[in-house]
Amino acid sequence: MRATADTALAADRAPWAGLASWDVAVATQESADVATLTLTPPEPFSFEPGQFNMLHLAGIGEVPISISGDPADTGSIVHTIRDVGPVTKALCALRPGQRVGVRGPYGTSWPVGAAEGGDLLIVAGGIGLPPLRPALYQALSSRDLFGRMTLLYGARTPADLLYTDELQAWRGRFDLDVQVTVDAADEDWRGNVGVVPGLVSRAQFDPARTTAFVVGPEIMIRFTVRALLTAGVPDDRVFMSMERNMQCAVALCGHCQLGPYLVCRDGPVFTHRALARWLGIREV
Amino acid sequence: MPQTLEPLLRGHKFFAGLDPDHLAVITGCASNVVFPAGVFLFREGTPADAFFLIREGRLALEIAAPNRGPLVLQTLDAGDVAGFSWLIEPHRWEFDGRAVERVHAIQMDGACLRGKCDSDPRLGYELMRRFAGLATNRLQATRLQLLDVYGHARDR
Repeated sequence: MRATADTALAADRAPWAGLASWDVAVATQESADVATLTLTPPEPFSFEPGQFNMLHLAGIGEVPISISGDPADTGSIVHTIRDVGPVTKALCALRPGQRVGVRGPYGTSWPVGAAEGGDLLIVAGGIGLPPLRPALYQALSSRDLFGRMTLLYGARTPADLLYTDELQAWRGRFDLDVQVTVDAADEDWRGNVGVVPGLVSRAQFDPARTTAFVVGPEIMIRFTVRALLTAGVPDDRVFMSMERNMQCAVALCGHCQLGPYLVCRDGPVFTHRALARWLGIREV
Repeated sequence: MPQTLEPLLRGHKFFAGLDPDHLAVITGCASNVVFPAGVFLFREGTPADAFFLIREGRLALEIAAPNRGPLVLQTLDAGDVAGFSWLIEPHRWEFDGRAVERVHAIQMDGACLRGKCDSDPRLGYELMRRFAGLATNRLQATRLQLLDVYGHARDR
């Protein structure tokens, strides 16, 4: 027991020691700047929906990336990555057979179980859908335990939508309401045009019995949360995943501090109630 | 007893809570309309003599751009309201409104309503209050679209 505790402590203090290297099994281009990597861990790998891994490329760098696959599948770990800089560009360029360093999983998770018995509302904007997909998989795997289940998803244009085949399949389900919107489109697009918070007022849910999970750019989160609170969803049932400058992922470096929290350790999933005070401070 | 559109107006969220007397007055300006997919309910620059309470279907607000084809600014669904140009001079549509799919709506005659608002300022204030809320929501949504929140500063 003592040895285990010491090992854990050592791993926390030197998280890069003994970094595991995983094979890229599948690489899929989702859109112009987003790719999905399916990785094969050396041994079964368990995680909770909402957690993230640190992906490491020797000589280039390391980034936190949410796990976006099915938590029930411990043999294939999926990460969807947007090319926004040198490390993510190199990750998006990986091909099957190449390897990537992985450490994790880290962070808090979506309380899918706590949402049972009521309505579940999942709201994603842009690259916010990948961290929510594991929660949706888990909820759908025990669909009977929930009331109404809704996915609201917004992107910049139709070409920026992720997981389009899966979205199509989800839309075909009678037990899941999927509403997709884009900020701009041409006349060929037959779906919604408008912002994600606008979908909240159209969605069918019982506010007092609803649990909401929200991920997206922080401005989108802010307006979506406002719409949810206006609709009557309690602030301790509105959960969101924050994206801050995570570097070490083990609460050593302090780069991801948000008020009294370190996002890598105390997040990335928070209730709105916990964060509301700090999100309102411009300097934080 | 003749059937009127009053129950449909009462059931539309835009008129939720409206004084029954006012509802009875504006029902005289309402007509039930259906537009097949692809049909334009209104065209940019033409006189705006109506607004639409959408009951079913989807409407696209769009603007024609040379060499780019129509660009969709926003879509409106059941429960939404299309048009406030009828209320604001010079009463001309600012955009095209095209039925993306078959649209069932209640068309409200703008000239008729303006006359009733002029003769009953309480009704005028109530309608103006509701349209001001609608315009504010649209403005906020447009600001969010302009912010292009899904764009990313270069990072790691």
